[in-house]
Formats: sequence, C-alpha cells, structure tokens
Amino acid sequence: MHPLRRQRLAIVLLIIAGTAAAAALLGYALRENINLFYPPSDIVAGKAPVGRDIRAGGMVLEGSVKRASDSLQVSFIVTDYQANVPVTYTGILPDLFSEGEGVVVLGQLDAEGLFHADQVLAKHDENYMPPEVTDALEKAKSQSGAPEPSKPY
Amino acid sequence: MWAWFHKWSSPRWFYQLSGTLLPWLAVISLAALIVGVAWGLMFVPPDYKQGNSFRIIYIHVPAAAVAMAGYLLMATAGAISLIWRIKLADMVLKCAAPIGAALTFLALVTGAIWGKPTWGTWWVWDARITSVLVLFFLYIGIIALYEAFDNKEAAGRASAILALVGAVNIPIIYWSVEWWYSLHQPASISFTGESSIHPQMLRPLLLTITGFYCFFGWVLLLKVRNEILHRERSTRWVRDLILSR
Repeated sequence: MHPLRRQRLAIVLLIIAGTAAAAALLGYALRENINLFYPPSDIVAGKAPVGRDIRAGGMVLEGSVKRASDSLQVSFIVTDYQANVPVTYTGILPDLFSEGEGVVVLGQLDAEGLFHADQVLAKHDENYMPPEVTDALEKAKSQSGAPEPSKPY
Repeated sequence: MWAWFHKWSSPRWFYQLSGTLLPWLAVISLAALIVGVAWGLMFVPPDYKQGNSFRIIYIHVPAAAVAMAGYLLMATAGAISLIWRIKLADMVLKCAAPIGAALTFLALVTGAIWGKPTWGTWWVWDARITSVLVLFFLYIGIIALYEAFDNKEAAGRASAILALVGAVNIPIIYWSVEWWYSLHQPASISFTGESSIHPQMLRPLLLTITGFYCFFGWVLLLKVRNEILHRERSTRWVRDLILSR
C-alpha cells in the first residue's frame, strides 16, 4: 500500500477508535440516566429519588389491579418478580394495559413508597403471534397444569 | 484484487454495469414490496394483543433496518473516498444521504403512529428512539455539510469525516434495547435463534425487508448514475453516450 494511503487509513481508523472511545465514556458516565425507568427492585432498595418525577417499569402483577367504582382512579402493583411497587393513577389506561403485561409509569414516589403516576404507558414485548396460536398455547398450558411464568424483560 | 478495485472505481465502467443491474433491482423491489405489503396487510392474521395495528411493522422495520444499513454503506464509502480518493465513493456518499434521511424519517413517523395506540404516547425519549433521531440529524447534517462548501473536494472530505464519526451511533441504535431499559421492545427477528415473531407474520416481513433493500439500491444507482453524468459531462464517453441517444 502506498505510504500516503496507509497514513490516511491510520487516520480513518483513529477517527473510528476515537469516537468509539468517546461514546463508550459518555455511555459510562450517563449509564444510569440513559435508562428510561427504574425497575421495582431499585425503587424498593431506595435508589430512586423521592418526590421527583421518575419512571418505573415492570410487569403489572396478576390480580393487583383495583379500580374505583365512582372515578377513574385505579391502583395496581408493578413488579419485576423480585420487588413490588404499589402505583395509584387517575386517568385512562392504554388499550394494551393488562395484568401480567409490561408497563412504564411516570410520576413521583412518596415517602411511604407509593408511586403516584401521572402517565401510564403500556410496554409491548417482542412477541408477535396470531390469536389462534395463543389459544393453542393457552390450551397446552392448561393441560400440562403448571403455568409458565411470564418472562420479565 | 487491486485491478478489480480500480475497475470498480472507474465511473464509466460503473455506469455501464449499473445500467444492466437497474432493471433487476427495480423489478425485484417492486415485486417484493407489492406482494409483501398486500400479504402483510390482507392475508396475515392480526396480532393476539395489538390487533391490526401491528401491521405497520411491514413498513417500520424495513425502513429502520435499511436506514441503518444505508448509513454503514455511506460511512464505508466515506472511508474509501478519504483513503483512496476515489471519486465514485464520494458520489455514493453524497447520493446515499438523502435516501437514508427519508427512510429514517419514515421509521420515526411509522413508529410514532404505532406508539400512540400501543404504548399510549407518540414519543418517548428512550435510548432507541432518541438514537434513531440522532441518526436522522446525522443524515441531515451530512447533506447540509456537503452543500455548504463551494469546493466539492473539501465538501466530500468534511462529509466523509462526519459520516465516519456518526458511524458509532449504529451499534448504539442496534443494542440500545439490550443495554438500557427502554420502552421500545427488543428485536423480534433473531439471526441466531428462534424469532419471537410467528413464521406466518415473519414471511411477508422478510419480503418487504428485501424489497426495501432493493429499493435503496435502485434509487442509489439512479442517483449515482445521474451524478456520474453530471461530473463527467465534459468527457468524451459521456458526450458520445448523449449523442448516440
């Protein structure tokens, strides 16, 4: 290879290595802040600030959704199957919100550990299936007895 | 190998070769897109959870995939033009940027349209969505930088360096859903294991992905050929070509 071209190749490689290193350092410095939400175990462990706007993400615990009969108030528990965070919310829930599904809530944590949500987003997982397939899966599951635990992402 | 490399770098030779390639790319991309979209929209069953709104995947995923692959192609062309000063690589860089920008925009818009009924919001500043927005700005920046110079050689060099610097964003986009907690779900198509999208839904998706790749190649060749004719307009072979029409 011509020495001049070899020099230019070295410069190109240097640019790539330099930006990769810069990006890695940036990612390292911001590693907590790039996460969109706190998992419940971090919140229970006291890693999330109290009284400030944060997001919590996890699964809606099966059987934990309780709706008020006279208002849009709803309460449920967000879990990562290690720790639970109780959430209260007043408003309309997204269509895909349901028990055992992923959810991301925006709001504030109070001193008692109750999460007051201002916004509830459904987190869709990567599974795409026709309805007949899920019916078949359900049937197979009920026949084999033991329910499969749903996968926390 | 070097002879092959040099042959490729000749605009005249590339013009002739791409002329024979063009109709094939056009036919494959149109056929794959028409069949894939019709199949995906009309014949595939709805998703068990999202219903019919999942069908936007047949545009969203191919647009995003080709926008990222197109960026890698553009950055590679930038590196080649920086190191070997090959004019053709510079033309590829210049011509790929607007196509990539359009595809990134399409991915962002279709994602927002899908996000509203699925997540309950048009936009969230999570790692995946934000890094794709950065990709869009990179494309726009490269177009703007190229046009900002009167000296086209300086323009090519500056844009190539920007393209190289921005290339670090591509692995960030790809793995953002693995490295950080994000609202966007991880990839459904797996190259190594079993995909988490049902085969019935996957087949038309693979077809539209193929269609988008061929469409990108088709439009890129059209633009590069146009650029070749423009830059070589004073050469003999271009003049002969025009006169023979």
